[in-house]
Amino acid sequence: MSRKARLWLLAVGGIGVAVLLACAAFDLPGFGGTSHPYGERAVRSALARHTANVISSVNFDQRAFDTLGEESILFAAVLGTVVLLRETRDEHSEPPETVRVDPHVRRYALIALPVTLLIGLYIIAHGQLSPGGGFQGGVIVATALHLLYIAIDYKALERIRPAAAYAIADAAGEAAYVLLGTAGLLAGSVFLANFLPYGTFNTLSSGGTVPLLNAAIGVEVAGATVVLLARFLDQALEIEGGGTGGTGRQDEEANRS
Amino acid sequence: MSVLPYLAAGWVFLVGCYGLATSRNLIHAVGCLSVCQSSTYVLLLAVGYRRGGTAPVFSDIAPGSRPVVDPVVQALVLTDVVVGATVTALLLALVIQTAKRHGTVDPDELSELRG
Repeated sequence: MSRKARLWLLAVGGIGVAVLLACAAFDLPGFGGTSHPYGERAVRSALARHTANVISSVNFDQRAFDTLGEESILFAAVLGTVVLLRETRDEHSEPPETVRVDPHVRRYALIALPVTLLIGLYIIAHGQLSPGGGFQGGVIVATALHLLYIAIDYKALERIRPAAAYAIADAAGEAAYVLLGTAGLLAGSVFLANFLPYGTFNTLSSGGTVPLLNAAIGVEVAGATVVLLARFLDQALEIEGGGTGGTGRQDEEANRS
Repeated sequence: MSVLPYLAAGWVFLVGCYGLATSRNLIHAVGCLSVCQSSTYVLLLAVGYRRGGTAPVFSDIAPGSRPVVDPVVQALVLTDVVVGATVTALLLALVIQTAKRHGTVDPDELSELRG
């Protein structure tokens, strides 16, 4: 299809979707209204289960099964990326050159590293109390490790980041979530039921299984993010050959003939 | 105007679609897909907003003392963000492989089938 025909088709489709969206928008309850039946029930239910952060309660208790599906998507996406970005036969990896880092950058990054790591762990541990949780905290923990790459170099990062160990952590987090769900089943109720005592409202141990599921997700997300970044950084810094751009194509064709 | 946030979400979605359809660079296309996805955040958060409401976290406010915004849609957005980030990573990995194997990231030049 020519470029012009494609644009016309896009315009027709876009206008159709725009009209449908506008019709739907005028039928939605008004913005900022007071009627939130599901929200009110979720808040009531979260308070009954002694979980101060209602969003965590929704994610890890009331709709915990949905979160299992979501983290499976995360797991599958990471798996796909690892498979796609592996070193192929016509490539080889070379250790990246060490580069001099500005001392100010180095000092700041080395100070920020432990602080960021601590914040990440805090966010995971307090997911049932304050805004945050396993997803957010996991990403912060993974980011903290990469400050080492900024502060020193890639080799230093690789030393504290054996990617295989983090891949296992990723899988272990996913498995822990399923096992906690099964524990609910064994405790006599349903899969992913909140079977632990709810504890005192607004304390670290409140919320029953919510903190445990948060921790499982935190481990999984931290592992997943580290593995993802490791694969991309390897591509950018270590893996050579196989051809990037036009030369690769010529090489490949030369090999074939 | 009480429908403006919903219309804004629709507008963001359509802008992303336009970018996707006219893109001449796969990395740009992946970015456009993220824009499309962002429209769902706007829509969900707009649906859950309550005038004068605060975050649905009761560690520092007494339950019932203030109205709170809808926590269900906020949980949905959280889901959305996480899935969006990882799927973007997967797509960028595909782009890297495409660039390596075909030597181009222009979708219009990728029409030929190669074994």
